[in-house]
Amino acid sequence: MSMTFDDGTFIRNEMVEPLPPPKQRIGAVAWMRENLFSGVLNTLLTVLGILAVVWVVPPLVRFMIIDAVWTGENREACLGPEVGACWPFIHAKFGQLIYGFYPISERWRVDIVFAAGALLLVPLMVLSWPFKRINAFLFFVAYPVVAFVLLTGGNINASAFLLERFGLIGGLVGDAQIGGVNLVFWVDYVLTTLLVMAAIGGLIALLGGSGRSAAITTLWVFLSLGLVIFIWDVDVGLDYVETRQWGGLLVTLVIAVTGIVASLPLGILLALGRRSQMPVVRLLSVIFIEFWRGVPLITVLFFATYMLPLFLPQGTNPDALLRALVGVALFSAAYMAEVVRGGLQAIPKGQYEGAMAVGLTWSQMMRLIVLPQALTLVIPGIVNSFISLFKDTTLVLIVSIFDFLGQLRASFTDPNWATPVTLYTGFAFAGVVYFLFCFGMSRYSLFVERRLNTSHRH
Amino acid sequence: MSELHSTVSPEELHAVHTPPGREVAVDLVGVHKWYGEFHVLKDINLKVHRGERIVICGPSGSGKSTMIRCINRLEEHQQGTIIVDGIELTNDLKRIDEIRREVGMCFQHFNLFPHLTILENLTLAPIWVRKMPKKEADELAMHFLTKVKIPEQAHKYPGQLSGGQQQRVAIARALCMKPKIMLFDEPTSALDPEMVKEVLETMVSLAEEGMTMLCVTHEMGFARQVANRVIFMDAGQIIEMNEPEPFFSNPQHERTRLFLSQILH
Repeated sequence: MSMTFDDGTFIRNEMVEPLPPPKQRIGAVAWMRENLFSGVLNTLLTVLGILAVVWVVPPLVRFMIIDAVWTGENREACLGPEVGACWPFIHAKFGQLIYGFYPISERWRVDIVFAAGALLLVPLMVLSWPFKRINAFLFFVAYPVVAFVLLTGGNINASAFLLERFGLIGGLVGDAQIGGVNLVFWVDYVLTTLLVMAAIGGLIALLGGSGRSAAITTLWVFLSLGLVIFIWDVDVGLDYVETRQWGGLLVTLVIAVTGIVASLPLGILLALGRRSQMPVVRLLSVIFIEFWRGVPLITVLFFATYMLPLFLPQGTNPDALLRALVGVALFSAAYMAEVVRGGLQAIPKGQYEGAMAVGLTWSQMMRLIVLPQALTLVIPGIVNSFISLFKDTTLVLIVSIFDFLGQLRASFTDPNWATPVTLYTGFAFAGVVYFLFCFGMSRYSLFVERRLNTSHRH
Repeated sequence: MSELHSTVSPEELHAVHTPPGREVAVDLVGVHKWYGEFHVLKDINLKVHRGERIVICGPSGSGKSTMIRCINRLEEHQQGTIIVDGIELTNDLKRIDEIRREVGMCFQHFNLFPHLTILENLTLAPIWVRKMPKKEADELAMHFLTKVKIPEQAHKYPGQLSGGQQQRVAIARALCMKPKIMLFDEPTSALDPEMVKEVLETMVSLAEEGMTMLCVTHEMGFARQVANRVIFMDAGQIIEMNEPEPFFSNPQHERTRLFLSQILH
């Protein structure tokens, strides 16, 4: 009991204990009343929504499942009136949609690449599983190298690195081949490494830095690059499959995964460059970003495919798929850079000062304090870019690379399967496939967002 | 004058009065700084000896924060020399990093890292800057968390702690680097009155251990209790510098008297 006095003073004698909140009306009817029919406008919208569902869903289900044809050998099966989706068509073309014109006897190589990718990606995505470091190394470093050998067959016949391009080595060692590996290239490589080491070391030492450590860093870079080239160069006994034969989902995934994996680190570097205090770095980053953002992807692909060879010296003719890959990666890196920059700008100045005050260097500060927070903030934007990149891969069709959609459209021309519903069936299937990938990315990003949002920011 | 010490108990008043050493920890000679056209620091000369505790007060905009932020190069000075722990501050990044390793700092808004747990906040710098093994860093962090009396919060995130607790974590974080000098930039001004005391107590116990401290604060009770010298700044310059007793009882400069009368009533 508390006492109130007539003169307006008050003294509390007993504290009020917390009580449970008033009982709400629970149950389906109460939920519907609150969420669906809480007013005239909402009731109207609910009714319209139900009408839309009734209008769209039953015909869709009828086309895709009830009226659909499930078995058959050719177009005969799908001709009759009132016929729904022609699934035998997808079944017959399935291999082509996945592998393109990859030789049928070699398709197991693609299967291994798919399986290995999934096996490495899943444990990487489950945040609570251990061995993230080694897992990330396997997925981001070892996997691409091995996948390259499996898909192309390796044995790239490296013949000249730098010095031999001026004809300096060939006369020295002759035309020696050891196990399918060209000795000229490796003599060239070792000598170039030593030259570059000396040049960089000398330059750094001249500028007053530690020439020795610079030279050693250079050596490590060349060693790892050399190892990769060596693995690609050794004849492992696989047939060569040129990228022109690749197609279907294989190409879609190769472009999308390369684009995604390359664009994030590149984008982060560009975003940091754009916020750098060094004017030259900032200017170069701005020019790069604005150039790639100002040009449509189609133009980039056209340029890479048809015009680049005109500018490159005779004899250097990089692979068409590789050129498209680089174009897509740089294009999406520019977008990624702006997304990441948005995150960097949201980090308060105090975080930088706190990090500097405890003695972290600039790169430690960025790696440990700023980027983890900035990237977490912009996960929705990053995944948005990934999804749009995934769908934009279909544009490589215009430079005659047949990705999943391109392969699908190519299969429409098969007179064996020419029926009125072939087109609808194909696009319905493509829609489902793209939706599964994009929806998967979207859901996964929501999961990561929730998991990382443990910081309870103030 | 006793209201003044509301945050520090009278017994504690006699706690600290170790005489400082003769070795110079921080030396500012003729330091000037401009923000664009605006002259923020004008001819700052200050010698802080090892073990000395300096309290800096003054109206807002007087340059007191800017001055101590120059000591660990969060702000750059344009003229004069700053020598910290025998190392002169120049544009050389190595020297700056070296100085920052030896100088701890606490901020008005704590600046804890919200994405890391309290323990990770504390062990980050020892692990990455001092290259300490994680286990050893954890022990060190728990030692200092116990010292600031919140070891039970080690696995929470900063956002889950009260302001006073966060500031004590920030102090512990700085201490984990075993700094020779501690800078405090208004450590209690963003706190609720009830939490000021716990932070000040931590700072007092730090002073008792002989830490070299420069504190920008308006806690005059604290200044009276632990400071060897109190500095009054206004308009970017040092107006008056004296031992606390004469500083408070007999301020010399007109501006100091006005300022003290406004904050001490």
